[in-house]
Amino acid sequence: MKHKTFFWFVLPSVLAMLLFIAFPIVSVVLQSLHVSHEQVIVQVENCGPFGCTQSTKIDTQATEALRAAQPLGRWAGLSTYLDRGHLAVAEVAAEWRNAASMGEFLGRLTNLPFYNAMFFTLSYTFIVTPLTLIFGFAIAVAVNSAAKSLRGPLIFFTLLPMIVTPLVGSLILFWMVDARGIFGAALQWAAGDPNLSVKASTPLMWIMLMVYGVWHAAPFAFIVYYAGLQTVNKETLEAAVVDGASRWERIRYVVLPHLLPLTTFIALIQLMDNFRVFEPIVSFSAQAHATSLSWAIYNDLGGETRQLSSAAATSVLTIIGIAILLSPVLVRTWRDFSRK
Amino acid sequence: MNMLKTAAVVTAFAVLHGTTAMAGCGLTEGRVNIVGNEFPAIQTVAKGAEACAGDGVEVKANLTADHQKINLAGMQGNPAEYTSAIVANSSIVALINDDVIRPLDDLIAAHGADIPTKQLITIDGKVMAVAFMANAQHLVYRKDILEQIGVEPPKTYEELLAAAAMIREKGIMQNPVGGPFAAGWNLAEEFVNMYLGHGGEFFKEGTAEVSINNPQGVAALNVMKSLTELMNPDYLTHDSNATSAEWEAGNVALMNMWGSRTGVLQDNEGSEPVVYENTMVGAPMTVGGGTIPASTLWWDGWTVAKNVSDADATATFVAMKNGISPSILTDQTMGEAVWMIEGYKPAPVNAGVFSAIEMGTKPYPMLPYMGLLHTALGDNLADFLQGKESAEQALADTEAAYTAAAKEKGFLK
Repeated sequence: MKHKTFFWFVLPSVLAMLLFIAFPIVSVVLQSLHVSHEQVIVQVENCGPFGCTQSTKIDTQATEALRAAQPLGRWAGLSTYLDRGHLAVAEVAAEWRNAASMGEFLGRLTNLPFYNAMFFTLSYTFIVTPLTLIFGFAIAVAVNSAAKSLRGPLIFFTLLPMIVTPLVGSLILFWMVDARGIFGAALQWAAGDPNLSVKASTPLMWIMLMVYGVWHAAPFAFIVYYAGLQTVNKETLEAAVVDGASRWERIRYVVLPHLLPLTTFIALIQLMDNFRVFEPIVSFSAQAHATSLSWAIYNDLGGETRQLSSAAATSVLTIIGIAILLSPVLVRTWRDFSRK
Repeated sequence: MNMLKTAAVVTAFAVLHGTTAMAGCGLTEGRVNIVGNEFPAIQTVAKGAEACAGDGVEVKANLTADHQKINLAGMQGNPAEYTSAIVANSSIVALINDDVIRPLDDLIAAHGADIPTKQLITIDGKVMAVAFMANAQHLVYRKDILEQIGVEPPKTYEELLAAAAMIREKGIMQNPVGGPFAAGWNLAEEFVNMYLGHGGEFFKEGTAEVSINNPQGVAALNVMKSLTELMNPDYLTHDSNATSAEWEAGNVALMNMWGSRTGVLQDNEGSEPVVYENTMVGAPMTVGGGTIPASTLWWDGWTVAKNVSDADATATFVAMKNGISPSILTDQTMGEAVWMIEGYKPAPVNAGVFSAIEMGTKPYPMLPYMGLLHTALGDNLADFLQGKESAEQALADTEAAYTAAAKEKGFLK
């Protein structure tokens, strides 16, 4: 392709990427390096239906002047990244000095919001991603071996969890595991403990969130694998049958190697998605038991006083986290590509 | 003759014009868009404002429990999407901090001279909001259950705990205590109540430096923990709506609940007669031998956005004033809240809020940095209630989280 043709060909998507991906990221990075101006506080008298009180108020005119002079706020460098709400460098160093053992240190670490969120996010990512791959593949193989007339409806029903909006899907599950819901009540009956509640126990809540994660994402893996299964070379499979390979051996030595590039693709997408786990935590009201980086961003922006710099710093840390997480897969893909 | 005819036509036109203008509350143009919390009284006010729609006046309302997540962003643009935010004494602070609501003095002079002074929220000499109702949390109890165990309605949290323990012991209810203890805003609010009830101060006098890790803070947390031991184990996911549902299902006999939500509990929808007929309202309770109730006083009121045209601001002011005019008070809406509106007759359901005012309950602090502390409390107290850490540790975590946030927002150096 001529360079000129190539240029005009990719220009629209390059423009869109600059506009919708690159510029917002630059703005988030800039925001994370600044903090609000020092607030000019004045003593005022507030009056209302319950009488008058002496109180404080932000001097909006003075603040407006500061803002006009420096619209981005005060330059803060990396201080937001290093504060207690994020990497908590000083706090971690102090815990390291004071902790008697590694276990105690890790325990104290989860008391800091960022590490607590990372602890759950990473567990979620590394448990849900492989399970999604395994379930997706198993369902694809099962559907593929079903009678042709049944496949249409089977595919439709298998895709349902992905079609349902995450917030709604997790709310449905949330009510089912309520102490008075069908699963919750069954669990209490099975365990013989009337106080057992999924929503009150941290381990059960974690399991619930992960079950939801697999339930929601498995159809995606399934549909990709199912499409891949249609392209498996029939002759190779027949040859394997003639050679006396069992069903398991055919899957292990013919189908799986053929589907490996797809597995890399699904793993990539799922690692990214799972690292950003968010909706189930909100729908399950799970914040007391599990938090994630995305939830922390939401929480910073949802309070009565919005913490934009803190949310921006967490966003940048999320991007860095995803980059680190994906690097092995990306390096591998690059090697495969250059070998060809 | 001709002249007479013309005059008649002109008069008829003028009358016609006059009546159509009446449909718009005397307005001829303007855009009104209200954002606010969602409970019956606010729905009534929004409906009253919507009555001004028509004839070039557009009135819309977006009422949602997530209002404070969207109201600031929706008022920062120019022109602002929302021309009015219905706020309370906590949520107005964020709007003032970012300077998105306009002083109402000129509009009051032109269109609202009849609004009583006690309804005007004045900050630094400028009217920033018009309050229309008062609210507070107070005791709600089941008369039949308390009679069954032979106990008077509790006046203190200690009495409530004793009564609840008796209810559980006698096997009447497994988890007799309720309350909006959902991690986040609700849980923080319960702490604010309990801490004020113990006589605590949130900040060092005149500064933004937090000081809650003290004996009052620990005592407040311990009372909260005792309460949760008598609650449905899912309490950390129960907000006001879920708590009301638990009450209507007949699972709860005692709780500290918002006055604005008790009307729904006493009506015959959503629960059995034995529940709604026995749902009674009591005064807010004191705690730990204190004299000030462990509760906070709230007003709900409306504001007008700064970044809107004068025509829209006028339309908003007039429509919102219509939303709180005496005409909105009917038999049905009367008990929805403690209205600060002329013609309001207190109903028994409102007795709790009146007791809260009489007993000298403190208003929720209207400080620029209180919202940050509220968020920090909501994020850090659940660990203590779940037994994962000590009360002192939970309070220390809260202080540290607040301090980090306050430094970022420029309240602390």
